[in-house]
Amino acid sequence: MSTNKRRLIVDQVRLDGRKLDEIRPIKIESGVLPNANGSSYLEQGKNKILVGVFGPREMYPKHLADPHRAVLKCRYHMAPFSTDPRRSPAPSRRDTELSMVIRNALEPAIFLERYPRASIAVFAEILEADGSTRCACIVAASVALVDAGIPMRDLVVACAAGKVEGEIVLDLNDIEDKEGTADLPIAYMPKLGKVTLLQMDGVLSPEEFDKALQLALEGGKKIYELQREALKTKYAKQGEKGSIEPI
Amino acid sequence: MSLLFENRAFVVPGDTLAEGSLRLGENTYRLQGKIYAARVGLVEYSRGVVSVIALKANYEPRVGETVIGTVVDIDIGAWRVDIEGPSLALLNVTDVLDEPFRPEMVLPKVFDFGDVIVAKVVSMNRDGTPLLSTLGSNFGKVKGGRLVRMTPSKIPRLIGKKGSMVNMILKETGCQIVIGQNGIILVSCGDDEMGELAIQAMQKIENEAHTTGLTNRIYEFIREMKEKGKR
Repeated sequence: MSTNKRRLIVDQVRLDGRKLDEIRPIKIESGVLPNANGSSYLEQGKNKILVGVFGPREMYPKHLADPHRAVLKCRYHMAPFSTDPRRSPAPSRRDTELSMVIRNALEPAIFLERYPRASIAVFAEILEADGSTRCACIVAASVALVDAGIPMRDLVVACAAGKVEGEIVLDLNDIEDKEGTADLPIAYMPKLGKVTLLQMDGVLSPEEFDKALQLALEGGKKIYELQREALKTKYAKQGEKGSIEPI
Repeated sequence: MSLLFENRAFVVPGDTLAEGSLRLGENTYRLQGKIYAARVGLVEYSRGVVSVIALKANYEPRVGETVIGTVVDIDIGAWRVDIEGPSLALLNVTDVLDEPFRPEMVLPKVFDFGDVIVAKVVSMNRDGTPLLSTLGSNFGKVKGGRLVRMTPSKIPRLIGKKGSMVNMILKETGCQIVIGQNGIILVSCGDDEMGELAIQAMQKIENEAHTTGLTNRIYEFIREMKEKGKR
């Protein structure tokens, strides 16, 4: 019965009260895990993600070490309680693929060639999932990598846009992703202007694609400011301007 | 040549620090004529050099540094030591006993798995593995004390100008302190309370590493805590 179907967009306002070009409220915290070299915690709407970074350290198994650069290992994992109904804790085919996608999105930003034969490990644990978790993971992971003191070319931001009920919208949540007709996650290095991830599923016309791309890039800029803010909160306090003395 | 930040402003990786023909200092890189930050920290412009004072950095071993590490593996004629760098460090028998390796030597009798040792980085292998040595006084197995961790980039602040900070802590608390450049510090103290105080002082240094007059403030802090302890 089509009359019973819940509409996702009414008068340009989405189910959760957002405008079409609005991102969900985001909270990022860095340095939350004392046992990891670097870490971060991110909340984006109902998404809750914890990322721990280890390394650069010795690569195991040794025969997989690269003599020219460090190996970046990523693990994307959804906790059993992150979705309703419960999800199997074993890594799924999807988890394995997203781990690869996140690795590819982060690799260009890290100076891997400075640490031959070493490995850098990124563990992203989804505590609660509500759409666009791959983007949220990339955002959190790049903050955690900086927090680990690993040399980076730039931060990496990620944001998704998509098409829901004929409208191009920014930062899809779970329902919009599932009921919508297209999803376009994009990750890029904002200061260097380089795209490191661009995926799309669903159908978009070239015009719609351009619009969605622009929207996602704009959303990324806002997220970038929040990443900076998270690092500033943790580190800038330690060295307020003009208060350093040379060693 | 143009500088794009104020001196000692907060920067994150990817921030454009300057354009033009300046020299690259620590934690920066050049791309298409622009200089960018590579680590989170505070930018410093001085005499034609742009650098970033890292507020957090992973440890990169350099020749001549003292490090504290844990023995994690025993090879033929060598130990593998975890110094929390990008790779394990190698400690050859010849750099411990000052005599060549003989097959009848029992390595675990000298250093066993899990032993914490103080050593010096004497050279780098061709593949970038640091080679350690425990020859000389003050090096060798750690027999007691407490280990404290600090970001390696902040170790110079713990030492201070010509050792002013660490010497002050030594004098005030009466503890023995061995500083590993890899961010591991050994505090051994007869008096537990004084040991605790030295560790608290180090935590304070880590949190306030980049403020002026730190040595004096830490001195006041230790004095104040000692007064409290007496009462």
